[in-house]
Amino acid sequence: MLKLPIYLDNNATTPLDPRVLEAMMPYLTEVFGNAASRNHPFGWAAEEAVDYAREQIAQLIHCDPKEIIFTSGATESDNLGIKGVFEMYSQKGNHIITATTEHKAVLDTCKHIEKLGGRVTYLPVDGEGLINLAELEAAMTPETILVTIMYGNNETGTVQPIREIAAIAHKHGALFMTDGTQAVGKIPVDVIADGIDLMAFTAHKMYGPKGIGALYVRRKNPRVKVTAQMDGGGHERGMRSGTLNVPGIVGLGKACELARLEMVADTARLSAMRDRLEASLLELEESYVNGSREHRLPHVTNISFKYVEGEGLMMGVKDLAVSSGSACTSASLEPSYVLKALGLSDDLAHSSLRFGLSRFTTDEQIDYAINHVKEAVTKLREMSPLWEMFKEGIDLDKIEWAEH
Amino acid sequence: MAYSDKVIDHYSNPRNVGTLDKSKRNVGTGLVGAPECGDVMRLQIEVDETTNTITDAKFKTFGCGSAIASSSLATEWLKGKTIDEALSIDNMEIVEELALPPVKIHCSVLAEDAIKSAISDYRVKNGLPALEESKAHH
Repeated sequence: MLKLPIYLDNNATTPLDPRVLEAMMPYLTEVFGNAASRNHPFGWAAEEAVDYAREQIAQLIHCDPKEIIFTSGATESDNLGIKGVFEMYSQKGNHIITATTEHKAVLDTCKHIEKLGGRVTYLPVDGEGLINLAELEAAMTPETILVTIMYGNNETGTVQPIREIAAIAHKHGALFMTDGTQAVGKIPVDVIADGIDLMAFTAHKMYGPKGIGALYVRRKNPRVKVTAQMDGGGHERGMRSGTLNVPGIVGLGKACELARLEMVADTARLSAMRDRLEASLLELEESYVNGSREHRLPHVTNISFKYVEGEGLMMGVKDLAVSSGSACTSASLEPSYVLKALGLSDDLAHSSLRFGLSRFTTDEQIDYAINHVKEAVTKLREMSPLWEMFKEGIDLDKIEWAEH
Repeated sequence: MAYSDKVIDHYSNPRNVGTLDKSKRNVGTGLVGAPECGDVMRLQIEVDETTNTITDAKFKTFGCGSAIASSSLATEWLKGKTIDEALSIDNMEIVEELALPPVKIHCSVLAEDAIKSAISDYRVKNGLPALEESKAHH
């Protein structure tokens, strides 16, 4: 018997893999030492576990274990990377380049930088969510210290041309940072081949625990430093003070190891399931995929269903845990700024659903989701005056709506 | 968002979804809201001209569960009412009946608006002056 609701919101967070929990358990119980305690075996055991996790993480993203700075998650890593570079490289310049479709952890940090007197360029994206490389190049100035562009987008799954972006940043003497939250563990991310200088990522998007993430900070070619944003005991080579979250770190390490070993198989299975889900839902008339279908994370699809309203749609798909591009459950009626940046109209952005599949998603769940969404959309359209008008060939843009 | 049982009932089993022949002289049609605002309601009434009584009411709504429920409830209430009785339906009655939270009061306002707009259309078709500006327009 299928258990409802079905969880398809894995871009928000993933369940903990039981194997990750198993690896963490000893560090939540008997091996409780502080990794900074140098004088007794409790500390040594904790430090050994942390070092092992660094190796597991380093193998996944192809870096040196010493280049991993543990944080509380991707938001903190984004903050540390951007603010840390801004402070550390203030002698060189004060200009940062990012994109309009970044996560709030990047965008709001950039707004903070602007308040501190920094200058930030927010690059627009095209209809698929990709930045324009020529526009990036044109935005580079001698004062540009950092280009920060996310690897894969959380709402659409669109994957940016990371290597090309890094090359442009480096050509102009700037550092390149990426928010790898959605990409690390899902697609091959290689900080050396990709030319990444700093990268934020987190455990809970790849079947690890919440509350643990990391910032990759390159140590050579070039040696990158960030100014600490938290003062204290000088942990993590002075870049992030605070007692290390040993069980979390062990969990992140194990999650990275599993991701590395199972990525090929997971990608094949997930992309096949995603494609089946997508193809089936696109059988509904007037449904559209948002973002790039060519450059995309394997487990994500974001689809708009025209002529149905977002909140009504969410109510109709109550057996699924998914996200919508609609924020109308809050008092504001603002639809997703990411979908808006792709050029979607408000109503199309509102009527979108984001499906994020996971290692634990089954074919049976996908079958159910397909039928459930199709039924909901069909029912709502039968109830929708807009759908009736569309079917009668009336151009809805030509109607003078009574705005309220 | 937590919906009341009545909203869920109207959403799951909407009453009187459909379309009346808007070319008929005794059918009044109200179309209110806008797609960008996330709600469009179309409410139609069919009137017995001799008794001035609403004999049938149909709706179609593009909107959230509360908007669908508000218009579904409105059609239920309209049937059998005289035009004057229908005009006295206040949005707050809908709010009470469906236990709408404050953020959804606009759905009830829109439903009241749709009723008045349908009646106004019926009046104009029958040589009477249109009703005055409705609540939702501001």
